[in-house]
Amino acid sequence: MSSVSVKNIVKTYGEVRAVDDVSFEVQKGELFGLIGPDGAGKTSLFRILTTLLLADSGTATVKGLDVVKDYRAIRNKVGYMPGRFSLYQDLTIEENLTFFATVFGTTIAENYDLIKDIYEQIRPFNNRRAGKLSGGMKQKLALCCALIHKPEVLFLDEPTTGVDVVSRKEFWEMLGQLKKQGITMVVSTPYMDEATLCDRIALIQSGKILSIDTPDAIIQNFPKPLFAAKSNHIYELLKDLRKEPGVENCYAFGEYLHLTLRSPEADAMSVMKMAGRHSGEGFEVKMVTPTIEDCFIRLMEKI
Amino acid sequence: MKQLFAFIRKEFYHVFRDKRTLLILFGFPVVQIILFGFALSSEVKNIGIAILDNAHDVHSEQIISRINTSAYFQVKAPARGYKDIERRFKEGDIKCALVFPAGFGSDLYKTGGAQVQIIADASDPNTATTLTNYLNSIISNYQQELNPTAKLSYRIVPEMRALYNEEQNGSLNFIPGVIALIFMIVSTALTSVAVVREKELGTMEILLVSPFRPIMVLIAKAVPYLVLSLIDFIIILVLAVFLLNVEIKGSLVLIFAESILFIITCLSLGLLISNVTASQQAAMLMSMMGMMLPTLLLTGFMFPLENMPKPFQVASHIVPSKYYYSIIKAVMLKGLGFSYVWKETLILAGMATGLLFVALKNFKIRLS
Repeated sequence: MSSVSVKNIVKTYGEVRAVDDVSFEVQKGELFGLIGPDGAGKTSLFRILTTLLLADSGTATVKGLDVVKDYRAIRNKVGYMPGRFSLYQDLTIEENLTFFATVFGTTIAENYDLIKDIYEQIRPFNNRRAGKLSGGMKQKLALCCALIHKPEVLFLDEPTTGVDVVSRKEFWEMLGQLKKQGITMVVSTPYMDEATLCDRIALIQSGKILSIDTPDAIIQNFPKPLFAAKSNHIYELLKDLRKEPGVENCYAFGEYLHLTLRSPEADAMSVMKMAGRHSGEGFEVKMVTPTIEDCFIRLMEKI
Repeated sequence: MKQLFAFIRKEFYHVFRDKRTLLILFGFPVVQIILFGFALSSEVKNIGIAILDNAHDVHSEQIISRINTSAYFQVKAPARGYKDIERRFKEGDIKCALVFPAGFGSDLYKTGGAQVQIIADASDPNTATTLTNYLNSIISNYQQELNPTAKLSYRIVPEMRALYNEEQNGSLNFIPGVIALIFMIVSTALTSVAVVREKELGTMEILLVSPFRPIMVLIAKAVPYLVLSLIDFIIILVLAVFLLNVEIKGSLVLIFAESILFIITCLSLGLLISNVTASQQAAMLMSMMGMMLPTLLLTGFMFPLENMPKPFQVASHIVPSKYYYSIIKAVMLKGLGFSYVWKETLILAGMATGLLFVALKNFKIRLS
C-alpha cells in the first residue's frame, strides 16, 4: 500500500487552476520531491494532503486514510512543516520544542533519538528566541518540531527556500538520515539541483504534472544530445543561434548557453558551424549531460 | 489536559513578553481610572472666585468667610474693579466673581432688600450653573440665619438628598463604565488579536495538523484572557476603593460572578471576531469600532440613553455592556441583591451562550 496516493486532484481559486488534475503515488519510506517554480501549485497540494484545504474534485489518501473523511486520523499521523517559518518567534528554541511535543501528546525525551542529530546542532542556542535565529537554524528547529511526535509521513513545503547553500546541503543530509529511519517524506522545492537528492520526483508547472520518475530516469529520457556553448559575446550568440533554423531550442544556463538541434545526430561541430561569426575568440562548445532543469525546461516548452 | 495546560502557559509567555500587550493590559486600566477620576471629573471643587467688595461691612465679610470655608470655592485676591475681574476671567484665574455694592449691609436693614451680583464664566454652561447654585445657597443660608424667626408666608423649603451617592462622588458613575470598557478591550480585542496572530504567523497551520482538537485552541486562548481580565478587575476595584473612595455596597461575590459572566460574553465576541478576520489589524479595528464605540456611547455611562433618538435606544438593547453596566451599578453602588438584577443577568447569560455557540460552530478546522 502506498503511503500517499493522489488521484485527479483539482483545486481552483476563482479562474486560476492551482492544481490541475494531479495524480501520483508515494511509496512507504520514499523521499518524494515535488519540483517546480513558485506558483506551480505545490503549497496547495501540500495543504490538501495535510487536510488543511478541500480539493474541488479528485481523491487523496494518506496512509490509506481519506483526506476529507478521516482528516482527524491523518492529523495524528503526519508531520507538517509549512513553507513559511511558522513557530513562535517570542518563544525560545526549548520552549517551542517543548510546546509542540506536549501539544502532540509526547515529550522531547520520548522521541529524542529521532531529532538528536538535528537538535544537537541548535542546542547551544536553547535559550535564544526563535525570532532571533538564522534562517538555517530556524529550519532545523522547525524540522525538529515537525518530527517530535514521530510522524509516519512528513510533509515539508519548501524547507530550503531562503536558506544558504551550506545549510541547504546539511538539511538534505538530515532528510537522508530520516529516510533511514523509515519515515516517508514528501518535499517540495523550487531548486532543481535538489531534485537529484530525492528517490522520485514529480516535475510540476502551473498546477500540472509534467513528469514523474526517478531523477536518473528523467535525465535519461532526455531525447537528444545537449550542448553547452559560450563566447565572449554571449547575448549576441544567443540571439544568433535562436535565428538558426537548425537550432531547436536555446537558452541561457549559468555562464553557458544550452541548446539542442533539430537533427538527432548532430555533434559539437555542427553547433560550431551554426555559431558562424562567433566561432572565433573565446568560443567554446561541448556536449553535456542534461540536468533536471534542462529536462524541466524541455517538458515545460513541450517540444 | 496536559496539552491544554502547556498551551495556556505558552499563551502567558506571549503576553508577558510583549510590552505592548502588557501596556494595554495593565497600563490602560490605571490610566483610565486616573483620567476619569481626576482629570475628566465633572465635579466642582476649589473653583477660583474673586470678590469685589465695595461694602466692607459685617455682612459682606461674613458671606465671604462662608464662601472661603466651603470646599467648592477658593477665594482669590480681592478684585480691584470690574476691569480687574474681566482680566482675570480671561487669564483663567477665576471662574466666577461676586460683587457687593457699596452700602450692602445698610441696604439690608433699611430697605429690607440688598443686592449682590454673581458673575460666572459660562463658556462651560454646566459648571457655571452649578457655581451659581452653590453661591445662591450659601447666600440664602446666611440670610435665613440672620432672622430665623422671620416668617415668610407660604414658603416652600426644598430638602435635597442625593441617594446612593450622598457626597456626590463623581467616580461612582463611571467606575462601572470603565470596567465594562476594559473588559471589552482585554477580553474582546486582545483575544481576537491573539487568535488571529496564529493565523498570520502560520502557526495555526501547524496546530490544525496536529492531534490537538481545534476547539481546544479557542479554549486555550480564552482562559488566559479570562484570568487577565479578572486581574484587571481587581486592580480597578482596588484603585476605586482606595484612590477614589468609592464604597462597594453590594456583595463582592455577586459582583465577581456577574463580571465573569460578562467576561465570557466578551471572550465569545472576541473569538467570533477572530473567526471572521484574517489579519490582526482587521481584528483590532473590528473590536474597536464594533465593540468599543457602542460600549462608550450606548451603555449610558457617558451619555444618558433616555435622551437619545429612538433608533439608538433600540440599538442599545443588543449591546451586552449596557446590561453589565446596569447590573454593576445596582449591585456595587446601590447594594442591591441578585433578585434585582436577575433579568439583566439572564439576558447576558443568553448572549454569552449564543455567542459562544456561534463562535465554536464557526471555528474553521481547515484553511479557507
